[in-house]
Amino acid sequence: MIHLIKVFYFARLKESLNYSTEDIELPVNVKTIAQLKVHLAERGETWADLFGGQQSIRAAINHALVDNDAIINSGDEVAFFPPVTGG
Amino acid sequence: MGVRVQTEDFDVGAEITAMRLSSANIGAVVSFIGQVRDLNDGDNVDSMFLEHYPGMTEKALVEIIAQAKVRWSITDALIVHRIGELKPQDQIVLVLVASAHRQEAFAACECIMDHLKTDAPFWKKEQTQHGLRWVEAKASDEDARHRWKSTTKN
Repeated sequence: MIHLIKVFYFARLKESLNYSTEDIELPVNVKTIAQLKVHLAERGETWADLFGGQQSIRAAINHALVDNDAIINSGDEVAFFPPVTGG
Repeated sequence: MGVRVQTEDFDVGAEITAMRLSSANIGAVVSFIGQVRDLNDGDNVDSMFLEHYPGMTEKALVEIIAQAKVRWSITDALIVHRIGELKPQDQIVLVLVASAHRQEAFAACECIMDHLKTDAPFWKKEQTQHGLRWVEAKASDEDARHRWKSTTKN
């Protein structure tokens, strides 16, 4: 079974990666936000800089803020972004 | 109860009047207005751009008001937040809270604003004399939000 999710990137992340959204097919061993970050960090230097753990990155699943251990399900909308600075 | 995310400016007086007149049970309306400053971290700010996460932003703001309503006895609340290009002295955010008595409205307004600072997906990018830069989140905003966890309602 293919687990397809939609991923969005915002602010500094969107600029560094030069795009804002993509569909990702989750490998079988990727079930949580933390595991997805590790998976993305393996894509190359820019990705490792963003998702390797040095930067503070927040995540949301289906428009709700979540922690690193949150479970990702097929069809979810996942978003990664820096700590927010509104108001 | 309402939330709005918009590029246009807002009319504070009109918003307050509309809320005040919505119920004769209201005895207090508290407002917070955020304004763009011309100085941040020692640098002059010429303009800023506000990015957000459409869909999540509205949901986060609705949730922040819902939690305030559980905690305090408030009659009504409104959050208006602007996005896009803003200049120093532009209004950026409005929080209005109405209640029968002032204490609940004061506390709820501050609590809503503290949660907005850490939970609503907005990001500011500033144009300064040194170029464009993303604004960094402040630890003091996290501290301000956390203090609401330890204080009890009374």
